[in-house]
Amino acid sequence: MNWQGRKIFTGQASGEALVSSMGISFFGGVDPESGEVIERDHELEGQSIAGKVLVFPTGKGSTVGSYTLYRLKRAGKAPAAIINAECETITAVGCIIAEIPCVDQVPISQLRSGQRLKVDGEQGTVAISGE
Amino acid sequence: MKLNAEEKAMLAGEQGKATQKAMEILVALGTIYDAQHMVPVTSVQIAGVSYDNLGEAGLHFLTEMEQGGGKARVLTTLNPAGMDIENWQALGIEPEFAEKQTQVIDAFARMNVITNCTCTPYLTGNVPHFGEHIAWAESSAVCYANSVLGARSNREGGPSALAAALTGRTPEYGMHLEENRKPQVTFGVQADLVENDDFGALGKVIGEILQSLEGVTIPYVRGVSGAVLEQLKSFSASVATYGGTALFHMEDVTPEAGLFEPPEYSIKISQAELTSAKAEMTDGYVSSADFVSLGCPHLSIKEIARIAELLEGKQVVKEFWITTARPTKQIADRMGYTKTVEASGAKFAADTCCVVAPIKGRFTALVTDSAKACYYASGKNQFQTILKPFDEVVFAAIGKERAQ
Repeated sequence: MNWQGRKIFTGQASGEALVSSMGISFFGGVDPESGEVIERDHELEGQSIAGKVLVFPTGKGSTVGSYTLYRLKRAGKAPAAIINAECETITAVGCIIAEIPCVDQVPISQLRSGQRLKVDGEQGTVAISGE
Repeated sequence: MKLNAEEKAMLAGEQGKATQKAMEILVALGTIYDAQHMVPVTSVQIAGVSYDNLGEAGLHFLTEMEQGGGKARVLTTLNPAGMDIENWQALGIEPEFAEKQTQVIDAFARMNVITNCTCTPYLTGNVPHFGEHIAWAESSAVCYANSVLGARSNREGGPSALAAALTGRTPEYGMHLEENRKPQVTFGVQADLVENDDFGALGKVIGEILQSLEGVTIPYVRGVSGAVLEQLKSFSASVATYGGTALFHMEDVTPEAGLFEPPEYSIKISQAELTSAKAEMTDGYVSSADFVSLGCPHLSIKEIARIAELLEGKQVVKEFWITTARPTKQIADRMGYTKTVEASGAKFAADTCCVVAPIKGRFTALVTDSAKACYYASGKNQFQTILKPFDEVVFAAIGKERAQ
């Protein structure tokens, strides 16, 4: 399977998918040193986004969240790539300054945690690898 | 997006790494919001200045942009910092924090950003005119600039405002386009609006209703007569905080209101709603409050004159911060207001404010006239809050519940 989405930030990455049906607030919602989701009652609470292909509908919360992605990158705990249904300012700017490949307008309901995904930010494509 | 030759050169890295990164940010935003091209901006205001909000990562990013050759191409000023840059010791700021905050300010200065740290740039030399395209980040200032001045700005974040400064451009979408500035809902206000906190309460009520309405973001406010600058400053801050509002129209007050008919969809706001909004922002008592602050948004010189008048010959009994822009403070120095204020034991906190200073854990309850300050004091800092009219906030500081 593969999908044609929209390029938000360039770069290629592969990794295990971590899928959330809920929006993510990076500022206050993700620990910037460990990459663990700390937002109370979030479906990913307690899980680490480090090295994962992080899939969620859209970002939310404070614009300071862009700096949280940058901080995760510097700590070596950033996601390998991000896939959104609809990307917004906070996530887009965070991916650009942290240089994380990012694609949106992908039917994320078809993706499952644990799948191995290949993201091509330049082409705006997402593929399940090994198929 | 269609880019012109110079914009393409920026994107290709021909004007340095920082400019390239800045253009990448703008192109990505333009792509997300379907902008057709870039529009030149003539004024920028950058948020993400307090080290309390930026952290080490934010400082590192700014340093990288500065070392990548970033220089502001247009008039650019800053949001409040986490401390009074010249007098941080008096406010009890830790030296380690001051060191980091100074590095942030210095990085901006090396990028030719004017380091006037204020949420009211429109009072101190960064004043756009009607129809001017700008890229501002401070939410209350964006709302004031769009609504009261008729300038055109989206609500930028820290990095996107910096990107606009380094390129002199912003993607043309949202508030930059005439067709997106039409009011969508009328609010008929039937209440007395006298004090700043009345306007703050009105902003909270309207903001929260807007949040509950799908796809409706621009209000047309009727029934407010003759609002002055300080009241509009207070309303802008509140409606932006509680409603995420970038633009409002106010009949017979704001410049674009006359261009539109009031929308048919109309909601009444009564005195009772303002009263209950004020009650929601008050969960503590003046008698047990340990922190008093005026200046959210930053005080005008007229407001400082009033504080000096009320503090003349008095002594404060609580920690009292008077927050304003540095240039406004300098006028207060010249007029002798600073001397009167400081003789009372109250403190000027220029360049900063009670929203962005690192004061979590230092106080338990804040007395203020600002609906916006209540929001951040209770959320970010976990203080109790007491919302009062302007004069009564000063009376609280000197240990007197009401005017005599």
